[in-house]
Amino acid sequence: MRNIIAIADRELAAYFATPVATVFIVIFLVMQGTLTFNLGNFFERGQADLNPFFTFIPWVFLLLIPAITMRLWAEERRLGTIELLLTLPITQGEAVLGKFLAAWLFCGIALTLTFPFVITVNVLGQPDNGVIACGYLGSFLIAGAFLSVGSAMSALTRNQVIAFVLAVAVCFLFTVASYPLVTEFLSKNTPVLAEIARRLAVIDRFQAFARGVISARDVVYFATFIGFWLFVNTVLVEQRKAD
Amino acid sequence: MTALIEIDGLTKRFGGFTAVDNVSFNVARGEVLGFLGPNGAGKSTTMRMLAGFMTPSAGTARICGHDVQRDSLAARRALGFLPEGAPTYPDMTVEGFLHFVAAVRGYRGGEAADRVAHAIRLTTLAGVRLQPVETLSKGFKRRVGLAQSMLHDPPVLVLDEPTDGLDPNQKHEVRRLIERMAPDKAIVISTHILEEVDAVCTRAIVIARGRIVADATPKELEKRHPSGKLDDVFRLLTVPNKDAA
Repeated sequence: MRNIIAIADRELAAYFATPVATVFIVIFLVMQGTLTFNLGNFFERGQADLNPFFTFIPWVFLLLIPAITMRLWAEERRLGTIELLLTLPITQGEAVLGKFLAAWLFCGIALTLTFPFVITVNVLGQPDNGVIACGYLGSFLIAGAFLSVGSAMSALTRNQVIAFVLAVAVCFLFTVASYPLVTEFLSKNTPVLAEIARRLAVIDRFQAFARGVISARDVVYFATFIGFWLFVNTVLVEQRKAD
Repeated sequence: MTALIEIDGLTKRFGGFTAVDNVSFNVARGEVLGFLGPNGAGKSTTMRMLAGFMTPSAGTARICGHDVQRDSLAARRALGFLPEGAPTYPDMTVEGFLHFVAAVRGYRGGEAADRVAHAIRLTTLAGVRLQPVETLSKGFKRRVGLAQSMLHDPPVLVLDEPTDGLDPNQKHEVRRLIERMAPDKAIVISTHILEEVDAVCTRAIVIARGRIVADATPKELEKRHPSGKLDDVFRLLTVPNKDAA
């Protein structure tokens, strides 16, 4: 545990030692703001909730989270610091978890900084703050899911651009898997796959949270999803560390 | 006999290419082993396997009796390792980086601060301790890597080209440092600077094309060529066609 904290601590400090943190948070807030207020018709709808905000957040994460994760392992390999990190007395699992937790905490900070939306909607009306809290929990979980995918993709390569593109692609697949376009196509050809795709899709689970529904199955889904990709991450680091 | 490093039949193949071929040797406490060879001879690969970073294709390596594959964490606790090129995190300060290493090595609070201060003193980094590593010259970076490797005062030190990029004065300092630590440690340094072998090593192993071609004291090695110069012995041992001699 101490090792995980030491790794996470160093990683988190690294975000703020470089402009990465500032750029990410500013762009994230600007994008979320523009999408929610303009495209989402936040004011014109005349409803006191954050639905437009939560509609766009998976798509903003889809674009921005791979930008955080692309450096996690690819940069260690390019700089050669992976040789230092993995010859210190820590396990691969601890290193993977430490990096993931730092990135997740960082996303948590970015999410927390969207508090003006909550204030705005509370000033303008009487929203159900329970639903809003639930939506935030869902947003945090979907951030964790994308981060775990991105981190694993970063362990595949020493090239950060490749890590970014792969992460966007895989996250996109898990996002659109339950969309009618995909499921209809699959059910015409292979109905079994359509059902699997629907169950694996991230977006339906997230939308349940955004509606204010927390079910144990969805929480278990996210935990399993993150656990699976972190396991893949650990295996990839072990297999490819010295390449 | 206390052999702190035991390497037995270590082999590494990359596809059809054998980078390290059945290398065996022991290093006892008090020994400073110079690991010599041309570029690409397999020095770094051997050291990476010894540090547990690369998985050997065959053979075993033990540090203080701990197998680097099966009992990897115990082996790594007893090891100070300077990887090739002395990689460090460029955006961290010298002190921040050493504090990170101290934390991972299990030191907390006052003890961590003492360890970091001691490592900074040993490698004379006090003047730059608050500077980001990326702003430092090559020699300073190398010394940050050295400070990291000896922070926990390990019984075994494996240093891949510790003096590469240092100026003559700094080289002298690092050699003095290695000499001072030598009595209670087993130290392996790789180098292609032959004068270094004379200066600090009690024993030298020459490796060429993945195999050990000589294992002797520097004095004995010098006798292998009529000229008595290590340079000539090195060429004699490592150039494929003996016409060079």
